[in-house]
Amino acid sequence: MPRIELGSYVEDFITWLLRAIPGVLDAISAVVTAITDALTLALTGPPFWIWIPVLALAALLVRGVGLAVYTLLAFLLISSLDLWAETMETLAVVLVAAVIATAVGVPLGIWAARKRAASAVLRPILDFMQTTPVFVYLIPAVFFFGIGAVPGVVATTIFAIPPAVRLTELGIRGVDPEVVEAAHAFGAHPRQILREVQLPMALPSIMAGINQVIMLALSMVVVAGLAGAGGLGTVVVSAVTQLDIAAGFEGGLAVVLLAIFLDRITAGLAQRPLTGYWTKLRNRQSAPATARPATEPTPAAAPAAG
Amino acid sequence: MSAVSSTGSEAAMIRCQGLTKVFGSGPAATEALELSGRGVGRTEIQERTGVTLAVHDVSFDVRPGELFVVMGLSGSGKSTLVRLLNRLIEPSGGTIEIDGRALGGLDDAELRELRNRRMSMVFQHFALLPHRTVRQNAEYGLQIRGGAEADRREKGEWALEQVGLADRAEALPGELSGGMQQRVGLARALASDTDVLLMDEPYSALDPLIRRDMQALLLRLQRELNKTVVFITHDLNEAMLLGDRILLLKDGRLVQVGTGPEILAAPADDYVADFVADVDRTRVLTAADVIHQPRLTAHLDDNPADLLRRLGEAESTAAYVLDDEGRVLGVVHDDWLALAQATRTREITRESLTDDYLTTGADRPLIDILQQVGRHPVPLAVVDDERKLLGVVPRAAVLAALATPSRS
Ligand SMILES: Nc1ncnc2c1ncn2[C@@H]1O[C@H](COP(=O)(O)OP(=O)(O)O)[C@@H](O)[C@H]1O
Ligand SMILES: [Mg+2]
Repeated sequence: MPRIELGSYVEDFITWLLRAIPGVLDAISAVVTAITDALTLALTGPPFWIWIPVLALAALLVRGVGLAVYTLLAFLLISSLDLWAETMETLAVVLVAAVIATAVGVPLGIWAARKRAASAVLRPILDFMQTTPVFVYLIPAVFFFGIGAVPGVVATTIFAIPPAVRLTELGIRGVDPEVVEAAHAFGAHPRQILREVQLPMALPSIMAGINQVIMLALSMVVVAGLAGAGGLGTVVVSAVTQLDIAAGFEGGLAVVLLAIFLDRITAGLAQRPLTGYWTKLRNRQSAPATARPATEPTPAAAPAAG
Repeated sequence: MSAVSSTGSEAAMIRCQGLTKVFGSGPAATEALELSGRGVGRTEIQERTGVTLAVHDVSFDVRPGELFVVMGLSGSGKSTLVRLLNRLIEPSGGTIEIDGRALGGLDDAELRELRNRRMSMVFQHFALLPHRTVRQNAEYGLQIRGGAEADRREKGEWALEQVGLADRAEALPGELSGGMQQRVGLARALASDTDVLLMDEPYSALDPLIRRDMQALLLRLQRELNKTVVFITHDLNEAMLLGDRILLLKDGRLVQVGTGPEILAAPADDYVADFVADVDRTRVLTAADVIHQPRLTAHLDDNPADLLRRLGEAESTAAYVLDDEGRVLGVVHDDWLALAQATRTREITRESLTDDYLTTGADRPLIDILQQVGRHPVPLAVVDDERKLLGVVPRAAVLAALATPSRS
């Protein structure tokens, strides 16, 4: 049986790509670096005692008191472990990667939901992306972008795209066909139907996809530490290479605490109706409108409800 | 805004010619159409070609202001038929005209415009936008149309008032019961102020009591707003209650079109006859179940002038004349009474009585008296063995009874 040199073909292709599109790579690199640096600066610039209350408030609004207390304790613990800056660096990379992955994945999901052919093409690609071991993403990323934050972000982004595509497609396909039909029956344009019917009704599913995107990104970010992405990944990687159990445990714990925070926040956003204080505040505002006696329509109160 | 028919009684709001829909495409669909043209049944076509012939060669007209009911069993093609009317489903053959305008030639933008301004639709499972308030749902068609916010609001408000939901405008559909959700569905259709209203089994998902309310609501709105309604149902009783005319569909083919009484009286074929026979209440209910107190009865010694006045008040043209025992002697008519008044006759004479009335026993099933009600100026008389008048059966009472859901 002759050996098929598949690996070297791919290598040749990547080398060719590298030579063919240096400008594009530099541009991507510059943009990603700029965004990541800006976000890192925003997160690490102000001291922890400013950011922690802000994060806790966000938790309160989205989810409730329980998560707010958790947020407070978890991030205080992280900063007392001297891992605040690393955690924020990681958070920056996760957020940038998640935003890009969502920005790419959701439109692909919409496309797949509307065109059967698109869905058929995308499905095996997504399967491939999801089953490829995470380390494999790093190799081309390092090849293209060298060592540092950029290959980490790029590898993380690509790794995190599939759930955004899948759950967007699933969500849109799951929208009650009779409601879509009703929109057609009232003369809505397909664009209007997408914007006003399908996307809002698929939102819980799309939000669940974004939740998974963020969790995947976080799991990848530690691996990206191997490429010198910085943050908690670097802490964990160096602890592993030096067999430093204490540092490894602390770094790992920070990742877990951050993961729980991000998961609960995004899961809270995915829930319908929202359970956090945001909803309660909104309801309190719109309550007078519905409680008023029904004799007079209340146009003045309605904008508050909308 | 409603269209005034300029071409007289010929004008149809909806006109369908040879409407056909095959689910499937390619040579199989062509073959199916060809088989169907030769009169091969749907099941056999399905077996031979693998495609479904959902609607085949259906032609009908719906007049402006008519409440037109399409009835058939599940799978008979009702939903497909009604969706062909606004091209939610593209016809495989045949033509549709809405108010003289052929649907087939419209491009996408024209079709959207027509759907938005000329027709609206009510769905079996309500099909409301769950993330929008009742008000926003009611205004949906207008929102798509664009235009002034204030106008949209006013029309939405009006539509919600029509269906009795003005006080729930800020609720979300999920907070309402099924019946109320369908009221929102109806308000959404009314707010658009379209001439044509398509309703695909709008009440099938509701329980019987709510359904009766909704039927009454539709009849009231229909009287007041004079829409052209195509109403789909699988319930013959509902069809009889609501329909000015009823189209019976079987396996995608038109079996019969006519008024409720026409269909009950003269079923087009055994299928329809079976269907009609299946309505148990026409056999179970008897004249006694639909008996009414007569509005007005007379005696031979009544003053004709007096009786004529009372007839006028009762908005009637004739009355039963009874003897002292309450037995029916005959019917006296207003024209004779007028003559008697002119000649100052003091009493009703036996000779003046006519026998243009029908009687029935109290235990006769409705199926037997259906053809007798409404034939004469006086309602059908229910009499006992001695011909004593027990009461009368107006036609409306029979039709209402047929549409009353049974209480088991
Ligand atoms: N989109 C579709 N594709 C294939 N077959 C369909 C489709 N819609 C309906 N049919 C078939 O067409 C027939 C008529 O369906 P339908 O119009 O929904 O009947 P009804 O509303 O009277 O129950 C059924 O046999 C159904 O299975
Ligand atoms: Mg149906």
